[in-house]
Amino acid sequence: MSPVSRGFQHLRRAPAAEEDRVPPGQHMTEGFPVLSAGPTPHTPLENWTFSVTQDGQTKKSWTWAEFRALPAETVTVDIHCVTRWSKLGTQWRGVPVDTLLKAAGYDVPYVLAFCDGGYTTNLPIGDVTDGKAWVAFDYDGGPLPPEHGGPARLLVPHLYFWKSAKWVRGLELRDHDAPGFWESYGYHMYGDPWKQQRYAGD
Amino acid sequence: METTAVRGRLTWQVATVTSVTPETGSVVTITLDPPDWLGHRAGQHLDVRLTADDGYTAERSYSIASAPGEQVAITVERLEGGEVSPYLTEDLRAGDELELRGPIGGYFVWEPADGGPLILLAGGSGVVPLRAILRHRRRSGSEVPARLLYSARTLPDVIYRGELDQGHDGAQVIYTLTRSHPSGWTGHTGRLSQALLAEAAWAAEANPLAFICGPTSFVETAAAGLVDLGYRPERVKTERFGATGGR
Repeated sequence: MSPVSRGFQHLRRAPAAEEDRVPPGQHMTEGFPVLSAGPTPHTPLENWTFSVTQDGQTKKSWTWAEFRALPAETVTVDIHCVTRWSKLGTQWRGVPVDTLLKAAGYDVPYVLAFCDGGYTTNLPIGDVTDGKAWVAFDYDGGPLPPEHGGPARLLVPHLYFWKSAKWVRGLELRDHDAPGFWESYGYHMYGDPWKQQRYAGD
Repeated sequence: METTAVRGRLTWQVATVTSVTPETGSVVTITLDPPDWLGHRAGQHLDVRLTADDGYTAERSYSIASAPGEQVAITVERLEGGEVSPYLTEDLRAGDELELRGPIGGYFVWEPADGGPLILLAGGSGVVPLRAILRHRRRSGSEVPARLLYSARTLPDVIYRGELDQGHDGAQVIYTLTRSHPSGWTGHTGRLSQALLAEAAWAAEANPLAFICGPTSFVETAAAGLVDLGYRPERVKTERFGATGGR
């Protein structure tokens, strides 16, 4: 049982309509904090590709122009960072991951997203398909800024935001789950914000 | 990639606050006595949970300010309009209980075996985990060359100034003051610039290891600047905090 912190009172209470949208242990922010482990990469768009790979082979790859020619969707979603901020009603435009995976073909239970700068994160295939994930290139009506993952980042809003890999360059199809970058430093393999799956064992 | 994972469940425990010491007008260092602490590494953080009498809880992460082997300590800056930091900096007293879990994080850490030379770049209270690294370097007898470039608003805002000015066994400390400076100040002024970075940072040929912690704009400038100077991106480790009252 948690001891009461003598004199501690909460300042921030989300409006009732929004309170249900903020997972436990999170608080709302109006800003958009930046978190990343290293320098922001800057890959020229003419060198940018998005690839679906398996066993070291590229199954399908798109140039930036080809990727941007794919049908895109505008989505408005709530996002939840493991560092405890949540931001409600963020607007993104991106290509559904379904579109990319269907074009490449897949029959595996997991993917590992890989990125410029060496970042990776692991996800079950069911969490990036069926309309649950996008490769997003616009944020709030404009191009996604580099510090927020531009030119394109994964968007998987139902999981903690470290799963929405910045500077994403592709998905590796995998027949078994393996930890990505933060997952290998003790963060949770799945990362459901509603279950507070922040760290391994949560 | 290293896989020095923090494995096993991180459970909440109730630590006793053993001291609350002002560092500046808005910053305190809190030493803690957790009953079950397996040790920490320089650069890691811990989570704190406050509970109101109606059961409402608030959690935040704070960098650990002490070196491995030293008593667990966090240094907290009071953020205007914040929910947790005003409590920790103004209401908390020695003898109080504080719920925490940790240590957390395995990437933004330094061990003597990681070598250097070390360039540590701090913006404001971003100096906290870097101070843990400097203390670890000194306590472990490491001879890795080290420099700290510390950007603070004013001289009175410099956290750990007495300790930093004493030197850390040859570690160099370079300040830049961004808002105002005392008359006769001969150090640097103004925000971190590429020119100051080029002057303060080790030459890229030495394959330095960089740790940068501060607000986003500071970290972006510092990390991009080091890469421009020829630093290998994988040798530039960053930790950032935004204006969310998070850290």
